[in-house]
Amino acid sequence: MKRFIAIFSIITLICISFSGCGYNYAQLNVEDGSYSKDLKGTTLTVYNWGEYISDGSDGSIDVNREFEKLTGIKVNYLTFESNETMYSQIKSGGVNYDIVIPSDYMIERLIKENMLRKIDTSKLSNYHLIDDKYKNVYFDPNNEYSVPYNVGMVGIIYNSKIYKDLEHSWKVLWDKKYKDMTLNFNNPRDAFMTAQMILGQDLNSENKKDWDKAAKLLKKGKANLQAYVMDEVYGKMETGEAAIAPYYAGDYLTMYESNNDLRFFYPKEGTNIFIDSACILKNAQNYEAAVLYLNFLMEPEIATANAEYIGYASPNTAVINNPDYYYYQNEILYPNEKDIPKVQYYHNISEDIRSYYENLWIDLKLY
Amino acid sequence: MKRKSLGNKLIACPYIVWSALFIVIPLLIMFYFALTDANGVFTLANLSDIGRYKKAFGISILYAAISTVITLLLAYPMAYFMTKLKVSNQRMLLMIVMIPMWMNFLIRTYSWITILANTGIVNTFLGKLGIGPLKLIYTPAAVILGMVYDFIPYMILPIYSVMSKIDNSLLEASEDLGSNAFNKFKKVIFPLSRPGIISGITMVFVPSVSTFYISQKLGGNKTMLIGDVIEYFFNLGPVYYNVASAISLVLMLLILLCMFVMNRFSDDDDGGVII
Repeated sequence: MKRFIAIFSIITLICISFSGCGYNYAQLNVEDGSYSKDLKGTTLTVYNWGEYISDGSDGSIDVNREFEKLTGIKVNYLTFESNETMYSQIKSGGVNYDIVIPSDYMIERLIKENMLRKIDTSKLSNYHLIDDKYKNVYFDPNNEYSVPYNVGMVGIIYNSKIYKDLEHSWKVLWDKKYKDMTLNFNNPRDAFMTAQMILGQDLNSENKKDWDKAAKLLKKGKANLQAYVMDEVYGKMETGEAAIAPYYAGDYLTMYESNNDLRFFYPKEGTNIFIDSACILKNAQNYEAAVLYLNFLMEPEIATANAEYIGYASPNTAVINNPDYYYYQNEILYPNEKDIPKVQYYHNISEDIRSYYENLWIDLKLY
Repeated sequence: MKRKSLGNKLIACPYIVWSALFIVIPLLIMFYFALTDANGVFTLANLSDIGRYKKAFGISILYAAISTVITLLLAYPMAYFMTKLKVSNQRMLLMIVMIPMWMNFLIRTYSWITILANTGIVNTFLGKLGIGPLKLIYTPAAVILGMVYDFIPYMILPIYSVMSKIDNSLLEASEDLGSNAFNKFKKVIFPLSRPGIISGITMVFVPSVSTFYISQKLGGNKTMLIGDVIEYFFNLGPVYYNVASAISLVLMLLILLCMFVMNRFSDDDDGGVII
């Protein structure tokens, strides 16, 4: 027993010293001194996707802790699993969030419902670092409400050891050759997207007939699929349990770390692109701190740490052009001009259509 | 003893408060949601739309019925066998039946994925023998297997507890009166164990028919049982709470109906059906 305690304490000590290293390494150099300690002692509530910030594990920078150290503001950091959960949470008003980081179509909805507060980007010393490509986007044409945080596209991951030379098309999910080895998204919007792309539809169609057609195509392909999955895709693709799966490019890079046989392509029919951006809510309690936080997220070191931890594409030029960045010039995250697929954003769809396709999704699964 | 002292009332208090807070009030909330729309206005639309989920109801009832029959066929001989053993061995077997129940059923269900997967334990073994891989996971059979595995203790335990109380002198009497083994079973053991069977059936059927996790993990999300439909709607957010509550309400009524029918079969006077 004594020996056990001794070993246990040694391990704990090692862990502590390691985490200490990571902490010291993360020294920030803020030239312009825009991070005053005036707001010391106040609290900032941030609501973000799960696993969507560098948290200090494996010697990375603990972004929230660095912000606290720098400004003395306490960060109350909470996470959500989907845009819809986030929406129902902020709507129900149990917690007063200051910052939320949802996706494009949800931001469009929040702006429409007058739930966001305008951000004066001229006060953000780092805003010029955001790539112009991601400014003036459809959901925030005048850059008044959001600051881009991450960008991503959906593509197809496959196991090159099991199948070689796949046709670069969404049709592989329907191909009998790959029966029982393919996966698809277990959420209606993304699963419908795979069918809509083949049909050449507008992803945001307000025409019920389009959704019917896509549902019919999905139904046809259902027997060919092994399963509909979300997070389980990691285990399945890494072990070779399944061989073909559509998923987010950034997550492919994570899977590749565990299985080097995995490959990735963007289907020729086009794909979905998304931008997750940070916004300040209208009823934010600590607006000033929120502005500091948004600027802090764009600090080159912080943005690089986040981009490396999350693995999604960064909209921050200080990250993209940094040769030391782990995914510097990565062809999947930052494809060359000629390899960029045709992309469509999701838009905020009318309640009517949304409930229509939610029910089509249930019908798809009842047979 | 009709006298109710203050002490007795106090003892009952925690349970009454508990059941009011966590059973009665949630039920009322469910009724409220089922009978209103998203704006809180009274409507029967949620209930009248329930027809579109009839397939989900049908599949759930079918799967639950199949797994109940299988658990009964497995559990009954097992329970009978247990009562014939020495007391110490009975205890040990009882323990073995109960041990899986100490683990969370989500984890137990998850472990079946590793067993049944294409690269899982069974298929790896079969592969060594030159067979397969067989498609085991993501089939209706896998879902039913998961239900049987998760709920079988609820069938064994009530049957065993009823059977172990059967007075041995009754069996001896039937033998003295010239019964052969079959008649002894048919005329004595089976009728006396019926309350155990009935409560076993309810305890397996009810959770099977409303289950949602097993079908997702072992069915690959390809078939939605009614429990999955309810869960799906609840996850979509408050706008869908009304539909979800209406489905839950109908499911609850269906279960009550099933139990009512079941109880007709247990014509015992002592009200021995434990639900």
